[in-house]
Amino acid sequence: MTGLPDAAPLLEVHDLAVSFNTPDGVLEAVRGVSFGLARGRTLGIVGESGSGKSVTTQSMVGLTRGARITGQALFEGRDLLALPAAELRAVRGRGIAMIFQSPLSSLHPLYTIGWQIAEMIRAHEPVSAAQARARAVELLGHVGIPRPERRVDDYPHQYSGGMLQRAVIAMAIALNPRILVADEPTTALDVTVQSQILRLLRRLQEEFGTAIIMITHDLGVIAETAHEVLVMYAGRAMEQAARESLLRTPRHPYTQGLLRSRPRLDAIGGRLVPIPGQPPSLVAPPRGCPFQERCEWSIDRCSSTPPPLVDVAGDGAAHRSACWLPERGGAP
Amino acid sequence: MSAVPRIRGRGPWELAFERLRRDRAAIASVITILFALVVALAAPMLAQLTGHSPIEQFTETGLSPTGIPVGPGREFWLGTDGLGRDVLVRIAYGTRISLLVGVLASGLAVLIGAIVGIAAGWHGGAVDTFLSRFMDVVLSLPFLVLALALAALVGPGLGVSIFLIAFFSWASVGRIVRAEARAIREREYVQAARALGAGSARIMFIEILPVVSATVIVYATLLIPSSIAFEATLSFLGLGVPPPTPTWGNMLTDAMAYYKVAWWLLLFPGAALLGITYAFNVLGDSVRDALDPRHDQTIGAAGGGVG
Amino acid sequence: MTAAVLVQLRDVVKEFPVQSRAAFGGRSERLQAVAGVSLELRRGETLGLVGESGCGKSTLARCVVRLLDPNAGQVLFDGHDISTASHAELGPYRRRMQMIFQDPYGSLNPRRRVGSIIGDPFEIHGIGPAGERRRKVQDLMALVGLNPEHYNRFPADFSGGQRQRIGIARAIALRPELIVCDEPVSALDVSIQAQILNLLDELQGELGLTYLFISHDLSVVRHVSDRVAVMYLGRIAEVAPSAALYERARHPYTRALLSAVPAFDPDERRAHTSVLLTGDPPSPLDPPRGCRFHPRCPRAQSRCAAEEPQLIPRAGDGPEHTTACHFPLADGETLSTDAARSVTA
Repeated sequence: MTGLPDAAPLLEVHDLAVSFNTPDGVLEAVRGVSFGLARGRTLGIVGESGSGKSVTTQSMVGLTRGARITGQALFEGRDLLALPAAELRAVRGRGIAMIFQSPLSSLHPLYTIGWQIAEMIRAHEPVSAAQARARAVELLGHVGIPRPERRVDDYPHQYSGGMLQRAVIAMAIALNPRILVADEPTTALDVTVQSQILRLLRRLQEEFGTAIIMITHDLGVIAETAHEVLVMYAGRAMEQAARESLLRTPRHPYTQGLLRSRPRLDAIGGRLVPIPGQPPSLVAPPRGCPFQERCEWSIDRCSSTPPPLVDVAGDGAAHRSACWLPERGGAP
Repeated sequence: MSAVPRIRGRGPWELAFERLRRDRAAIASVITILFALVVALAAPMLAQLTGHSPIEQFTETGLSPTGIPVGPGREFWLGTDGLGRDVLVRIAYGTRISLLVGVLASGLAVLIGAIVGIAAGWHGGAVDTFLSRFMDVVLSLPFLVLALALAALVGPGLGVSIFLIAFFSWASVGRIVRAEARAIREREYVQAARALGAGSARIMFIEILPVVSATVIVYATLLIPSSIAFEATLSFLGLGVPPPTPTWGNMLTDAMAYYKVAWWLLLFPGAALLGITYAFNVLGDSVRDALDPRHDQTIGAAGGGVG
Repeated sequence: MTAAVLVQLRDVVKEFPVQSRAAFGGRSERLQAVAGVSLELRRGETLGLVGESGCGKSTLARCVVRLLDPNAGQVLFDGHDISTASHAELGPYRRRMQMIFQDPYGSLNPRRRVGSIIGDPFEIHGIGPAGERRRKVQDLMALVGLNPEHYNRFPADFSGGQRQRIGIARAIALRPELIVCDEPVSALDVSIQAQILNLLDELQGELGLTYLFISHDLSVVRHVSDRVAVMYLGRIAEVAPSAALYERARHPYTRALLSAVPAFDPDERRAHTSVLLTGDPPSPLDPPRGCRFHPRCPRAQSRCAAEEPQLIPRAGDGPEHTTACHFPLADGETLSTDAARSVTA
């Protein structure tokens, strides 16, 4: 497990694997991922398309229909993957809340924001309509929407992008969930709005002790928000470490490649070093290390056997990398 | 979006065709339609086999002494009608009319509708307004009155039937195609074509048409059964192909007088009409599902990663 | 000496009619997406155009290649005014300027084969005998890093990065002089972005291209551009050579934008004084009077609400660095927010 402080973990995932049947074959979206999450901490899961980062959390709360899931996801001691549907529904919203990239897809266009938040509350708690509405106004104010007593009766189309995402966050924290899963929450937003939203999430975390799983493809977002980071590629975990450790001394060639190929605000021109090729297909994925074909240091063993996550602790903090050449570390 | 699969090289049409092949309802309906086609083509052979032509009246063997039609039996497999004509052979010949009118009328309607729709959708402005209003007018015209008027003017017949049906069907196709063309006009690949300097004609034909063709094909398939039913209606009213040529429609008209004593006169033509209409409707639905553009993406919908 | 000017924009205005709502009463019925922009694009350079959503950068890009017709102002290409040219008159200019689009999935017709798509420019302009075209298309495919044997495939068979390459091949087919890149890498994975940026860089060198590079991603723009223009609500806020903009931005909006970019160097992050802009970018339907940025600006004073600042060199800058601000930031000055201002949208 990565960097778990003294508190018992809220969430422990062991060897999670998710696959789907498609007309072209079995698509293995997640292939054996493990991680832990403690109260008040943020785990950043970073990966590109096809990495499995979204499916990982979706499968834990039952949002993947028709998928074959193996492994364990212990939330406060109970295995989410073994829960019956009704109990899982109860966990969603109260225990684990989710926000997505596009706020418009989480909100019904024909009902007011206030009504939707109130409905959500009343679905889980025995309060009157008036009480729920009052709570909705309070929540909207809490997430920084100006004049919430007026905006509560507005429809989604009357809100701007940033405000919509705030409204969605309000809905997500309404029942004070222990875990908030944010799946690319700022990807569709302007950079100035993004920094506001990330700050809001940090503030809420400090206030309520909510644990956050931040899923993103943007290392910048990770740098701003995550305490621990899990790097995923083609369904597998490539590297797990505390944020500073990962950004300062990335050990896995994929992480190094990601950091190297990104234009930097402080860099001066020159050629970027891209990672050649593209991610592999998840239908019949490669047997060995999934990154092997694009890795400049691959050896024979890399294509035959997938490397396990091994400890490569640099600065004392837990730091693991799934590579046959763990010494391949140091500065990118 | 997701990782690229090993490049398979199957175009959107091939993919659609494969999906169709796997659809059992589609297969069943295609078989039914092929069967009808065979019957239509083999009608003369059927006439020869039974020794009855579709218009010959067998007053001796085909009618009871009191003049009531004879039921299904050894001589007349599906019975006779009020004039002693062989129902089976007449249904077979009627299939020809139905299929011919259905396909031709539908094809004509879709052709006109697509052209007008694409032109209106692409050009917008005055052209669009004019064509849209024109379509609105056509859609508001009372079909019965016009059909009667036209039939009175030029006399009922096969050509008139096809023309009438196409005339009353093209505007709804046109509207739908227009809406789609308008949406496609804003797509980036059309903007790219404009940036390259492509003219209107080229864009309509090469960029827009292939994309609306999916909708058009589905519509054409679904228009066939309504055209067939339309034709039956016209014949029923005496405005279609004139007797003694059998069509399912005019067979049903004749059945009106005798059905209390001759149930087969209603059942068999009715069943044929229902069967063919149903088959085409099912096929149309399957074609629509097969051509659904959401299927045209690479594996990614179910896989991990963000879009 | 500055290089020859390829494109010149003079006070370009682009408006869109909008349904006015009765409740508003008296609100303007036209949305000014581009509200008077003057810029010049020099041969061989890459001019970056950054701004947030709604600033009008994409609209401006489309005005340059005449996919949209400007309502006022002039667009000059190589000295010729093409702002009001008809479709026929634009023909020869279309060969000299092209566009690359953001969405690799929307910019290619899914029902057409890739070879046919890339061959469009040849067909439209009647270049080369038909037999030759196929060979030319395959040469182009190889040039952008695609396998020429995939000539007959459909776009669905390619990944996002490859589709962008197809779009690039189509754009360079006729060897244009100018390519307007509208967020060409925004929809791609990070590891693929670098590949495409490198490709664009190579092609610029090989084919002598001039780029107008539009993006909301400041890091990418920094990397590719020689000069950068910052756009806000339909107007240009600042133009400067790349290094100067990132190190000595004068306009408060530019500073705020730069500070909002997440820093992932841990040392950088500690020194990071993030400026928080309040609120979302206002709607272009009812822009503020005077300086359009003043309601959100921590340095705004009464003059800012009354008088619109001109885009001229300020604070001792040379002609290359122009800023539209009455109170630009001096060298070494940092932008601080009012501590009492709350963090709200």
